[in-house]
Amino acid sequence: MGVLFYLIAALTLAGGLAVLLLKNTVHCALAVTVAFAGLALFFLQLDAQFAGFAQILVYIGAVAILVVFAILVTRGSTTPVGQVFSESWLVGVAIAAGVFALFGWAVLESGRALPHESAAPAVTVRDIGNALVGRYVLPLEIVALLLTAATIGAVIVAMHEKEGSK
Amino acid sequence: MNGIASPLAAYLMVAALLFAIGLAGALTRRNAILVLIGIELMLNAANLNFIAFWRYGPHPEALTGMMFAIFSIAVAAAEAAVGLGLIISIYRHTQTTDLDQIKGMKG
Amino acid sequence: MVTTLDQIFIILRNWITGFLPQAWRPAVDVVLGVVTIVCLFPGLFALTTVFERKGLARIQNRLGPNRTGPFGFFQPVADGIKSLTKEDIVPLNADAAVHFLAPVVLVVTVFMGFAVLPMGRNMVLVDMDAGLLFFFAMGASTEVTVFMAGWSSRNKYSLLGAMRAVAQMISYEVVLLLSGVSVVMISGSLSLVKIAAAQNHYTGWLPNWYIFTPWGFAGFVMFAIAATAETNRSPFDLPEGESELVAGYHTEYSGFKFALFFLGEYLAMFSISGLGTTLFLGGWSAPFSFLTWVPSWIWFFAKVMVSIFVFIWMRGTLPRLRQDQLMNFAWKFVLPFTLINLMVTALWRFMGEGWERWVVCTLILAAVFVLMGKVGMGREHLGPRSYRYAE
Repeated sequence: MGVLFYLIAALTLAGGLAVLLLKNTVHCALAVTVAFAGLALFFLQLDAQFAGFAQILVYIGAVAILVVFAILVTRGSTTPVGQVFSESWLVGVAIAAGVFALFGWAVLESGRALPHESAAPAVTVRDIGNALVGRYVLPLEIVALLLTAATIGAVIVAMHEKEGSK
Repeated sequence: MNGIASPLAAYLMVAALLFAIGLAGALTRRNAILVLIGIELMLNAANLNFIAFWRYGPHPEALTGMMFAIFSIAVAAAEAAVGLGLIISIYRHTQTTDLDQIKGMKG
Repeated sequence: MVTTLDQIFIILRNWITGFLPQAWRPAVDVVLGVVTIVCLFPGLFALTTVFERKGLARIQNRLGPNRTGPFGFFQPVADGIKSLTKEDIVPLNADAAVHFLAPVVLVVTVFMGFAVLPMGRNMVLVDMDAGLLFFFAMGASTEVTVFMAGWSSRNKYSLLGAMRAVAQMISYEVVLLLSGVSVVMISGSLSLVKIAAAQNHYTGWLPNWYIFTPWGFAGFVMFAIAATAETNRSPFDLPEGESELVAGYHTEYSGFKFALFFLGEYLAMFSISGLGTTLFLGGWSAPFSFLTWVPSWIWFFAKVMVSIFVFIWMRGTLPRLRQDQLMNFAWKFVLPFTLINLMVTALWRFMGEGWERWVVCTLILAAVFVLMGKVGMGREHLGPRSYRYAE
């Protein structure tokens, strides 16, 4: 694998580890933005241009901003004084390590069945557009409905209540 | 053990590691927002898997992996919005986002 | 001769890379293009700062800088020397790493946007299949850096300015994307090179630019409004209004970092003018068919400078919008109008050639404009004024 792959992998995993280990919540949000950027670079390296740019636009341009706004609204922008890890953190880490061990074993064991080099697929945005309104039109419409429902739901859930508990 | 020689295996290992990190984040941090960030990392790792399989798989012109990843990005954004709305609503009610303190069934 | 002048930079580049072995040529091509962009646009930025200060001054019936050089043209040199030699003050409580990274990441993401703009015939740095999407992705990345700058200063005014700026940028980002989508629908490609080439035809001696169609004109107006809001320019410059927020999210920056923010704002103005030019004003094509002998890159830069002039003119003339007025305007007028413009574009495409589609589309757009102006921006509480005195 080329040097570029290892660099991008190091960037992404460093971002992920920073989310796990940093104390300040806003620093964690910025670290996950770095991880998102690293993933977008992976997508670009895998010749998935549309997915890579959509990842930057949606995740860095919208989800990261949402997370940061939520941190500020819930007054989490100062470094927390108490413990940042929950009491059962060891169990959580053990479970995550177990899951990684399982996946790693599966990937390494199936090494014989995995293809090696293959030619880069010549996929244009036009093909993606054709697929979206051709074969995948039903998922497209369902996602549109889902996004509408999610938007309305998020607004209602986060709205100030006019009366009641405040 | 010649799995790592394949480039696909390298991408799958990175995705597995990222997934495990996201899972650890979701299970060990106290702040509810950081749990949500962990979930987003897990979704991203799955997306990387899809795109890697699409690229090195038998029929990349069928665009299945790419489509799944694009829909997954859209749905994950919607889910983040709803999840953060819920966290803000809970904060208004209990004045905290610390998950270890929101464990009572009362109130 | 005419074609040589038009392609002079391509010829120069090929001559320079002709001295190198074949394997190095693509990389050196790109590096030469990058070096040109990095030298040219900050140079234009320096020119624009003088242009703006003199222009604003004349609009406000005063003279502007006139001491440093003839008509004040060496003012940017003086400003540059000042920014570079000023002391770099970082507040004690500020988050040092994020405070340092914010202007750097901002300038990097803004420079990336120039990579897909076609500045002349065959003169684009990278011809990407999804070029427009790349440009918008880079624009979206600047929002995070604005937040980083405001939050890391640990200053209430900075944070407030940053939040306002981010909210404004997100609202108008959607409008920018949708007005670009109507152009993509008609030209059939996300690649900016193809969009510019599609407008390079002439009916008689009139150009086929998209702004000369009903949906193109409406789309361009919405794009211009959104572009002014995206770059935090007046009348949408509440996040950096001096009378409200000191300097908004770049209050705590001094010296070279402040110069980087300033550079980032003007470069964003240039790149979004470049995008508007490519999408609606025909990119590098000449206005009349008898003027095609003038090189294409001259037309591109002339159109960009005219857009910059319009930005400066708006800054000097229009009063600032309040934050809630701004957001109301975005969500209740501009966005619905842009969506309807999208549908009118589809109607235009399906009606086929002829005078009917001009009449129908213009009537629909004018009717919607008037209706939405009354309904979307209407105010109910127009009774007699009431006063509340402090007790």
